[in-house]
Parts: sequence; structure tokens; C-alpha cells
Amino acid sequence: MQLQKQASRLDKLMASRLWKSIFRSGRGASTLHRSMAIQQNVFLHILPTKVRRRMLNFDATWYLGTLTLGTFLLLVITGILLMFYYHPSVPQAYADMKDLRYVVSSGLFLRNLHRWSAHAMVLLAFAHMFRVFYRGAYRPPREFNWVVGVILLLVTLLLSYTGYLLPWDQLAFWAITVGSNISSAVPVVGHKIHFLLLGGNLVNANALLRFYVLHTVILPLAAVLFIAVHFWRIRKDGGLYVQQSEPARETAEEARADENTQQVVVKQ
Amino acid sequence: MTGPSDYIAGVSSDARKAPRRVVFVTRRTSAHVRSVDEEQVQTWPEALFRAALIVEMLVIALVLISLFFNAPLEGIANPTVTPNPAKAPWYFLGLQEMLHYFPPVVAGVMIPTLLVVALVVIPYFNINIRPDGVFLKHRRRNLTVFYVVAVSLSLFLWFFDVYVALVPTLVAAAFMLIAAYSGPQSPGRFRRYLVSRPVSWWIMTWFLLELVVLTMVGTFFRGPGWSWVLPWRS
Repeated sequence: MQLQKQASRLDKLMASRLWKSIFRSGRGASTLHRSMAIQQNVFLHILPTKVRRRMLNFDATWYLGTLTLGTFLLLVITGILLMFYYHPSVPQAYADMKDLRYVVSSGLFLRNLHRWSAHAMVLLAFAHMFRVFYRGAYRPPREFNWVVGVILLLVTLLLSYTGYLLPWDQLAFWAITVGSNISSAVPVVGHKIHFLLLGGNLVNANALLRFYVLHTVILPLAAVLFIAVHFWRIRKDGGLYVQQSEPARETAEEARADENTQQVVVKQ
Repeated sequence: MTGPSDYIAGVSSDARKAPRRVVFVTRRTSAHVRSVDEEQVQTWPEALFRAALIVEMLVIALVLISLFFNAPLEGIANPTVTPNPAKAPWYFLGLQEMLHYFPPVVAGVMIPTLLVVALVVIPYFNINIRPDGVFLKHRRRNLTVFYVVAVSLSLFLWFFDVYVALVPTLVAAAFMLIAAYSGPQSPGRFRRYLVSRPVSWWIMTWFLLELVVLTMVGTFFRGPGWSWVLPWRS
């Protein structure tokens, strides 16, 4: 009874002029409405309106790309919450870690969740890459989406790496010292890159600020941008790759030719 | 196709559904299905609900981990006290392991650059797209290339004492040898599977093996001065 009342209230809300002015797709469970729910939504329209049923099976993709996106969303949420309690300055950054642990409500849990999600994201991004490779889903016409994926892997690694310095403990300081010293080895411009990265010759307060800006602004923006392209290209390149449903293409030229000609399609 | 006797022609009859199609099939070949229509479902709600469900399960798992395991926090950063060993994050420990054997310009700049370039160009070379087993076509040429690459790479790693990377290389080479001296009719499903693997599969699998071994060694088996330690004896 209560449930029915709530359902009718929801119906009323969805039929209201306000709702209809916001959501262009309208209401209804028809195929048209369900297609419009994707197509007429600015965030969802980068997805295809239909997917092959076979691709929803767990063993088709292991949902590794979806899971990687899930960790990213979790990191954005926990990251923003952590930003309320964090000052990117020396030695306040370290004191904030102690506060998160002993003063802030659920601060320890928040930092734990951010940390473990970050490790999970790196692991899942690698797993996703190898899974895509072993399924052969990088093949034409999906070459460029593979490249976007490699870029996203690098962005993920950089996000994790820049975040590693922020606690300003011994672990952070020396991991970044070891890593950033490598950039000095680049021929000719090595020391300039090293200086640009750290804002000095050593890991210090400037480096902390630079890594903080990279970690909280520049790299997340880059990630969002490339994630959008990555998902949009899935649709543009003909949906998720399914073995056997597509011709065995031996070369890129063959794949392109296939795309441009009408195919004889046989109903199963 | 020189004369009309060389091919048969057919016309698609379902003009209501699709434009008229004319098909020519040469007598020397047979028509075959190149693609099959698959059952499709709506992204909303079928795919999005599943995605939401799997993400929720991930969140539950991560929340549980976060409740029981605390993120590490050591003493405040101190530039005058260097921990021994000073380790990079785990996903860079493979590179740090290489840094132990090669100068920084090789291990820190050349190897990662080569890796990224190699990953990016994978789909742009037909050799990585062909699905043939590496030793099934051009067997003699490919076998020669394999021996030259495997032996020189192993000697190179051995010369620089990079045993950590040498072992996975030898393991991969051993499995490639099994593939080289088996055929599509060999007994055993695993052997036939190895035979059917293309060259890109072998390279990627070797890379995966190296990545896992080097990262594990860097994480668990390296102690003071990057010496070999056993994780259960600390």
C-alpha cells in the first residue's frame, strides 16, 4: 500500500511539467523511450542505445572497464571529501594525515578507501588492457580506442604517482625522490624536466604543491576527457568487440572495406 | 572471371526490407557467412543496471577492505634520513628492478618509452592482427627469427646478470619451442592451443610474465641495498 502510494507519487512527479522540461526522453517503457533515455541524455548519449546481449555475460568482458570506471568515480568522491581536510603545505600536510586518523570522523576510513581504490584502479586498468589484448578487441576498426586506452593507463599511473606524495611521510617522500630522479636521466633536457616537475632541485614544499595541483585538477580533467572519448569510441567503432560475430579480418584495409560495403546479413 | 560460366548470379528478393542486392559467386569459391546478426538489448536498463550492480559489488569489497586494513603512514618526510631500501610505488618496481642493472637512461627512460610506443603501435601493424599461429606460415623464416631473438635476448640478460628477467624469458622461449615442434594434429589440447598462437600473443605473454615476476620480486624479495631477501624471514 505504502509502496503503491510512493509509486503513484513518482508517476505524478515524472508526468509534471518540471520533470518533462528537464528530461527530454519522457516516460514510458517502450523501446523508443528506452532508446531516448540514452540518446537524449547528455551524459549517456556517448553510449550506444543497444548492446549485444552476449556482451552482458560476465565472461565476455569480466566488466573490467566498468570496474575501472567504478574505482575512478569512487576516487573522485573520496578525493573531494579528503580535499576538505587537506592542506598541500609542509608540514601541515602530514599533520592533516594525523588529524584524518585521530580527529576527523571516519577520516581513517576515508583515507583507506581512497588509498585502496587507487591501487585497485591501477590493477584493474592493467587487467582491462591485457583482457582487451587477449580477446583481440584492439583490432581495426578499434585501433584508436586502444591508443586512448594506453593514454588512460598512463594518466592512471600518473594520478596514482602524484597522489603518492601527498601524505608527506617518509614513504611518500622517498618514493617520489626515487621516481623523479629518473627524469634527470633524460638526455639533454633531463635536469630541466626534473626542475619543472618538482619546482626545485629536491622534493620540497613546491613539489608538494605541484603534485597536488596535478593530482586534483589537471590529471582528473584529462582522465574525464579521455574516458569520455574512450566510451564514445566504443559506440562509434561498432560496439564492444564480439568474437565470431564479426568477420575474421586479417588487415586494417579489409576491416575498412567491410565497414564501407553493405554486408549480407544472415538471420540466425 | 572471364566468362559467364565462371560465376552464378543471384538477386535478393526481399525488396521491402532492404534495397535490391545482386550477388555474384564465382564457381571456384563458395559463399560464406561473414557476419551474423546478434540479439541486441536496450542499454537502458539492461546494460546500465548490470554496470551499476557490478560497481556496487566493487564498492562493497573496497569498503570492507578499508574497514579492516589501514593505509600505511610512516613518520614525517625527512630528507636527511634515507630508508633502505627506498622503494617506488609497486607498479613501478619492475622499472626500479631494471634500474638496479642498467643506467638510468636505459632503465628509466628508454625502456618505459619503448614500452609505451610498443603498446600504442600494436593495432597498427598487420602482424599483430593476423590470427595465424606463428610457426604455421613461413615456418623456416619465423623459426630463424625466433632463435636469433631468443638466444640474443637471453645472452644479453645473462651478460648483465639480469637473472630475474632471464628466467621468464627462458620459460616463454621453452613454451615457444613446444609450439614450434608441435602441429595442429599434435596430441594434447594445450599443445594445439600453443601452436595456434600468433606472434603478438607470444610477445604480450612474455611481457605479462616479465611484468608480474619483476613486480613481485621488487615488492617482496628486495631488501636493504636492493639485496635478495625472503619476505617470510623479516
